[in-house]
Amino acid sequence: MTHHIISVRTYVLIYLALMVLLVATVGASFLPLGGAHLPVAMTIAVIKAVLIVLFFMHVYYSSRLTWVVSVASFLWLGLLLAFLIADYFSRGWLDIPGK
Amino acid sequence: MHTTSASTTLDESQPLLLSHFDDLEQQHNASNLGMWFFLATEVMFFSGLIAAYTVYRALSPEAFHLASRHMNRVLGFVNTLVLLSSSLTMAMAVRESQLGNKKRVVWFLVATAVLGVGFLGIKAVEYSIEIHHHLLPGAHFQIPSEDLTEMKEVSSTPEELGLLKGRFQMMFVLYFFLTGVHAFHMIVGIVIVLIMANLMRIGWFSGHGTTQIEVTGLYWHFVDVVWVFLYPLLYLID
Amino acid sequence: MSAPAVVVEDPPEDYLQEHTLKSWLLTTDHKRVGILYMISVTVFFFVGGAAATLMRLELMTPQGDVLATPDAYNRLFTMHGVIMIFFFLVPAIPSVLGNFLLPLMIGARDLAFPKINLLSWYVYMVGGVMGIWIMIFGGVDTGWTFYTPFSTMYSNTMVVTAAVAVFITGFSSILTGLNFIVTVHTMRAPGMTWFRLPLFVWSHYATSLIMVLGTPVLAISVILIALERLFGVGIFDPAIGGDPILFQHLFWFYSHPAVYIMVLPGFAVVSEIIPCFARRPIFGYKFIAFASVAIAVFGFLVWGHHMFVSGQSMYAGTIFSILSFLVAIPSAIKVFNWTATLYKGSLRFDTPMLYALGFIGLFTIGGLTGLMLASLAIDVHVHDTYFVVAHFHYIMVGGTVMAYLGGIHFWWPKISGRMYPEIWGKLSALLVFVGFNLTFFPQFLLGYLGMPRRYYEYRPEFQVLNVMSTAGASILAVGYVLPLFYLLLSLRKPANAGPNPWGATGLEWQVESPPSVHNFHEPVVVTCEPYMYSPEEAEREYAHDQRVHNA
Repeated sequence: MTHHIISVRTYVLIYLALMVLLVATVGASFLPLGGAHLPVAMTIAVIKAVLIVLFFMHVYYSSRLTWVVSVASFLWLGLLLAFLIADYFSRGWLDIPGK
Repeated sequence: MHTTSASTTLDESQPLLLSHFDDLEQQHNASNLGMWFFLATEVMFFSGLIAAYTVYRALSPEAFHLASRHMNRVLGFVNTLVLLSSSLTMAMAVRESQLGNKKRVVWFLVATAVLGVGFLGIKAVEYSIEIHHHLLPGAHFQIPSEDLTEMKEVSSTPEELGLLKGRFQMMFVLYFFLTGVHAFHMIVGIVIVLIMANLMRIGWFSGHGTTQIEVTGLYWHFVDVVWVFLYPLLYLID
Repeated sequence: MSAPAVVVEDPPEDYLQEHTLKSWLLTTDHKRVGILYMISVTVFFFVGGAAATLMRLELMTPQGDVLATPDAYNRLFTMHGVIMIFFFLVPAIPSVLGNFLLPLMIGARDLAFPKINLLSWYVYMVGGVMGIWIMIFGGVDTGWTFYTPFSTMYSNTMVVTAAVAVFITGFSSILTGLNFIVTVHTMRAPGMTWFRLPLFVWSHYATSLIMVLGTPVLAISVILIALERLFGVGIFDPAIGGDPILFQHLFWFYSHPAVYIMVLPGFAVVSEIIPCFARRPIFGYKFIAFASVAIAVFGFLVWGHHMFVSGQSMYAGTIFSILSFLVAIPSAIKVFNWTATLYKGSLRFDTPMLYALGFIGLFTIGGLTGLMLASLAIDVHVHDTYFVVAHFHYIMVGGTVMAYLGGIHFWWPKISGRMYPEIWGKLSALLVFVGFNLTFFPQFLLGYLGMPRRYYEYRPEFQVLNVMSTAGASILAVGYVLPLFYLLLSLRKPANAGPNPWGATGLEWQVESPPSVHNFHEPVVVTCEPYMYSPEEAEREYAHDQRVHNA
């Protein structure tokens, strides 16, 4: 049972990074980015999530299996979204109501 | 056994081995992996709502944009801050339990729970403001007049306007569902954290309760990660 | 890792020794939980079967005569669907045979989380009893699919409570899946590498992946239905720009993979029975193992084939259609490998083998008609006809139920320590096979001729085929009731099975029957591949058996 004990310094650094990113995401929402708001906000959110998962949740120091599980669950969410978007996006293409 | 801290007081700090496991490492791995797979199911649990959000926002971005302006950004910001801080205290609690400082674990867990309750308090204030402004979907719901004028400007046909009005309300439906489900997870989390703190205090765990605290921590951080996505999706559409 | 394993003194008695009710209701022994599940799924199976019987009686004649109203018929088929799918087919093989055998097969003393295992049974019972209560005293008329907007806006039945019952039951399935996955990952005995796992374990692992990743989506969908009905506003509500088809997407995202939750454990059972009674190592072990995982993954990519006529985009429909064809490949690999295992084997036609062979045939018919339904052009014509009903019954009943019964017969000596009367077993297998085909093959024809499903009246020209179907159903009913009697009666005899009545390989056959509380008396070390059967040895064994029987 080899626990990697993460130093307080690392935890605090990650916490500060999360704070910076939080301010960044709020700041970005006030900038005139046009259509780029969503990608920017989601990118920042993903970075925050990755930091939490890797360090607060210790995945960085965990077995390969834990990596796989943590990635796979988001992959599955992506799968659902991808097919849904594909359906809704292409519904109007035939220009027949209901198709 | 390479527990970094427990080498001096091996006997009393050794967790109890349940009879169906071969050794402590196996026992620890099983609990940890169990929680990870549970979190995978949690991701999928939220995914139904996230999918609905994605679809409707893609169909009517204007409506979502207008509705999102009514979310209280400041309170949302403070809440994110509170929640991220609670993640830090939770992470510290896990660290202390790995080191075997039972007292500090209790304090960090209590701090985590307090921050969690703070989050829910702020959320409750937000909800009451929104309900007060007739933004809770249902019979009570009213589209604010300035939004109505703006919707009338952007839509060319009455059908389009009707759809826009519907989707405006849809954003609030999703907002209440998403944050409500999240708040439910928070409540569960707070209860678990407090139970863990108490068990720690009365010395219920054999060993340092490291496995139990770690697994609780995973759950807590996960709920935090969900909020990290919800905050920009619901509050910061501009 | 140097910590000494804590040595626990094994109680010598078998797991059935204790008789008190409390010892059963508070058990954390995976074998006992399996038995609890066996009793409950049997009850649910016969309740769901009773509903089916009433439906078949109603459909004997073109007019509605057995049931008072069309509404009663709607409630009946919903009851049949909900009970059979959520309370029988999904938990049947994993929770009964999987619970019992998985730890034994990998050389573990129990599942990773024994208490959670018991909890899953309680959760299941709460959902199940609630479900049955609602179905009988009130009823639901939406079909097991709860399609919106009917379920949210128009149905006057107890949709909310039924949705909650399904939601609760879903958690029992998540807990079982979670337990299996963690057990397979962490509890394997030394030497039990991934490619030495019995295929039963591989299939259950794949099933558990679907349970863990799919079930929560169903849970949130049915909860959204309940909330929408309660508060009048929800995300499927067309009044506020909601899309009812979104519900179908979310529902089938679980419910199509759920088909594989039901049938993958069937593959699991058949993969154990075939090599044992063919006395040959399974052909293409790795192909079957990977095919299970491939089915679990591909199964998530094809849900849209339930929605070809729903208003989904035609382009999405095309993609879903192509992917549905792809999912047939791993299934076909399995059928091919089982057949190849039989080739030049030393076949014995004991009851489990009869069920397994029946499974292969019926599953093949079900699978091939599935390909027809996966083709956009054909599906538009036979959608919502009896063709679909026949197709999924060939998979669910011809596949899963056959495999379940085969598995119960195969492992009954292990579970109970007793042999059952072989002649009665063979008779029931034969009755089930004949009855099943007579019931459901006419339904392919009915559907192809255009008889829609879910109506309690039909045009007179369909009567001949419907009467055949009802006649078949009555044979099927006898075939299903028989095992109940002779298996239970076998319990009155003293334990006579011995550890390994079939001469099967696999760790579960190396312990006594019924197994002791902690399964194994000494630490297990695995040194060889599974399915080490040899036909020559089988000949000798067979000759020996003959002498014993004749003596």
